[in-house]
Amino acid sequence: MTAISSDFPSAPALPKWIAPVLLLAFAYGVVPLIGSSYLFEAILLPFLALSLAGVGLNILTGYAGQVSLGSAAFMAAGAFAAYNFNLRVEGLPLIGSIVLAGLAAAAIGIVFGLPSLRLRGFYLAVSTLAAQFFVQWALTKFSWFSNDSASGVIDAPRLSIAGFALDGAIGRYLFALTIVAILTFLAHRLVSSQTGRNFIAIRDNETAARIIGIPVLKTKLLAFAISSFIIGVAGVIWAFAYLRTVEPAGFDLDRSFQILFIIIIGGLASMRGAFFGAALIVVFPLALSRLGGFLLGDLFDSGVLDMSQRIVLGALIILFLILEPDGLVALWDRVRRRLLFAWQST
Amino acid sequence: MPLPSYTLGVIEASAYAPEVFARGLPSSLWSEQQSEGRVEPTGSVAAVASPLLSLQGIGLSFGGVVALADVDLSVRPGEIRAIIGPNGAGKSSLINVISGVYRPDRGHVLLDGVSYAQVPTQRLAHLGVARTFQNLALFKGLSVLDNVASGLAYKVRSNFAGQVLGIGRSRGEQRDSLSRADQVLEFLDLTAVRDRLAGTLPYGLQKRVELARALVAQPRLLLLDEPMAGMTASEKSEMAVFVRAARDRFATTVVLIEHDVGVVMGLSDRIAVLDYGRKIADATPDEVRNDQRVIDAYLGVASDNEDGAGI
Repeated sequence: MTAISSDFPSAPALPKWIAPVLLLAFAYGVVPLIGSSYLFEAILLPFLALSLAGVGLNILTGYAGQVSLGSAAFMAAGAFAAYNFNLRVEGLPLIGSIVLAGLAAAAIGIVFGLPSLRLRGFYLAVSTLAAQFFVQWALTKFSWFSNDSASGVIDAPRLSIAGFALDGAIGRYLFALTIVAILTFLAHRLVSSQTGRNFIAIRDNETAARIIGIPVLKTKLLAFAISSFIIGVAGVIWAFAYLRTVEPAGFDLDRSFQILFIIIIGGLASMRGAFFGAALIVVFPLALSRLGGFLLGDLFDSGVLDMSQRIVLGALIILFLILEPDGLVALWDRVRRRLLFAWQST
Repeated sequence: MPLPSYTLGVIEASAYAPEVFARGLPSSLWSEQQSEGRVEPTGSVAAVASPLLSLQGIGLSFGGVVALADVDLSVRPGEIRAIIGPNGAGKSSLINVISGVYRPDRGHVLLDGVSYAQVPTQRLAHLGVARTFQNLALFKGLSVLDNVASGLAYKVRSNFAGQVLGIGRSRGEQRDSLSRADQVLEFLDLTAVRDRLAGTLPYGLQKRVELARALVAQPRLLLLDEPMAGMTASEKSEMAVFVRAARDRFATTVVLIEHDVGVVMGLSDRIAVLDYGRKIADATPDEVRNDQRVIDAYLGVASDNEDGAGI
C-alpha cells in the first residue's frame, strides 16, 4: 500500500518550519547588507507584492477552486482604500490604514463573489471580469478616490511605523517583507485548518461537501473575502512600497492575468507556488532583456522585448499546463528528491 | 428541473398529503407490524419501534420518464435494509430523494417522525443522516485522514480566525475531530493509508474511505449507494463485514443499494425490490428469493414463454 511513497527515500527528518525560518533569517539578516538599490527596487519589491497577491489568489482558486480574473481590481481597491483612509482619517496609523484597506477589498470581494453561488468555472471567471472593469472604471470616473488629482495619479504617503521612517529602498523592503511574511504564515495556518479543508472539499466535490454538512455558500464567500483581503494588502505594498504612486491604469486586466499565471506556473494550492511563480514572472523579463541585448544589440528595443516577453511567457504557460500541471513547486520537489537520492546512494 | 413543473410538484404534493396521511400512514404502520409479527417472531423489539425512515407514496419523474411511482418504504431502527433492482429501476433516484438531492413530485419522506416534502440537504448531517455515492465522491486533494475528519465539519463552531490563531474552541475541535477520524480509520483497517492523498488510493480502498467519512459522524441513518460496485468478490465480502460491523458498533440503521444479489441476501435484514420505479416486493431475503415477481423481474430463470407468444 505504501509502494508509491517509498519510491524515494523520505527527506531527512528536519522539522517543516526549518526552511522558511532560515529563508526569513537570510531575508532579514543578510539581504539588506548585500543588496543593491536595483535589487530592492526592481526585483524584490515587485516580487514581494506579486507573491502576496499570488498567495491571496491561490486561496481562492487553488484551494477553494473558484476561478477569478479580478485580482488586479482587488489590488486597486486595497491601494486606493489605504490611500484614502490615510488621507482622510486623522491620526490613523499606517497599519490601521492597511488593515482597513484589506477589509474594504474583502467587502468588494464578497460582492463580486456572489455570482459564485450560482456559477462555476469558466462562467464564474467571466463574471469576475465585471469586478475588474467596474473597479477600474469607478476609480477613474470618480475623482474623489484620487483626491481630485488632475492626472488621476497620486503619490503614496511616506511609510513610517511608530514614528520610524521607512523611506529608503531597504526600509520599504523590510516593510513589505514583514507584511508578506505575517500574512503568508496566517494563510498557511488557514489552509491546514478545518476551514482550509472545507475549501478543498468544495473544490473537489461540491455535492459531497454539501451532503456532509459543509456550509457551501458561506465557505465560498469566506474564500472570496479572505482572498480579496490578502490581494488588497498586496495592492497596498505594490502602490506604497514599490511604485510609490497609485493610478487605476496600473491595475488593469493584464495584471489580473499576471497573477493568475503566477499561481498556474508556480503551482496551484501551494503557498510556495505563489513565490516560485512570482519570482519567475519578475526575473524573467529582466533576464530576457539582458539576454536579448547581449545577443542582438540595438535591434532588441523595448518593442521587441515586450513582444518576445509575451510570446515566451505564453509558450511557458502552455508547456506548464501540459507537462507539469502542478507547477514549479512539483518540479522543485522532484529535483530535490532526486538530488537527495543520488546523494544518499553515494 | 424546469420551474413550472417544480411548482406544480409542490401543489400536488401538498394536495396529496392529507390523503397520504389519511390512507397511507396508519394503515402502512399497521400492516408493517402485522407482517413483522408474522415473518419475524423473534424481532419483537424492532416490531414495536417506530420506523426511523419512512417513504410515503413517493413519485418522481424526469420529463416523461417515470423514475419512481408511488413507492412506500419503512425502515426500522437498527436494521440493514437493502434496495435492489435491475438497472434503471429507480434505486439511485430513491437514495437521492432520501438525501434531498432530488425533490419528489409527490409523496413525503419521514425522518424520525418529521415529514419532509424535500429533505434539506444542507441539514442532512445535523439530522443524523450520512451517505456515500455510487461514483466516488471523495475529496481527492485531501489526505485520507482529512477526508474522514471533514465528515465532522458540520459540527465545527469555531470560526476561521480562531482556527488560524489557534485560540478559543478551535484547538479542542481540531484535536477531537482528528482523534475521532483516527478511531474510524482504525476500525475500518485504514490506518496504514492515513496520510495518503485520497485520490491516489486504489478503488476498493477509496470506497472504504468514503464509508469511513460517512461513519465518523456516527449517523443514525447511513445510506450506501452501491458500496460494492466494481469490487472483486473478496473485496465485496470484506465490505459486507465492515457494513455489518459498523451497524453493530455505532447502532446505525443502514439503507443500501446493491447490484450483487448474493452479497445482499447474506447482509440484509429485509430487502425491497424495485422494478421500473415500482416496489414489487418488500420482505426478508428468503421470501424475496422465492417471490415469483422478483424472479421474473430480476433474479431471472428460464422464461416460461420462450416462444414469446403474445408479445
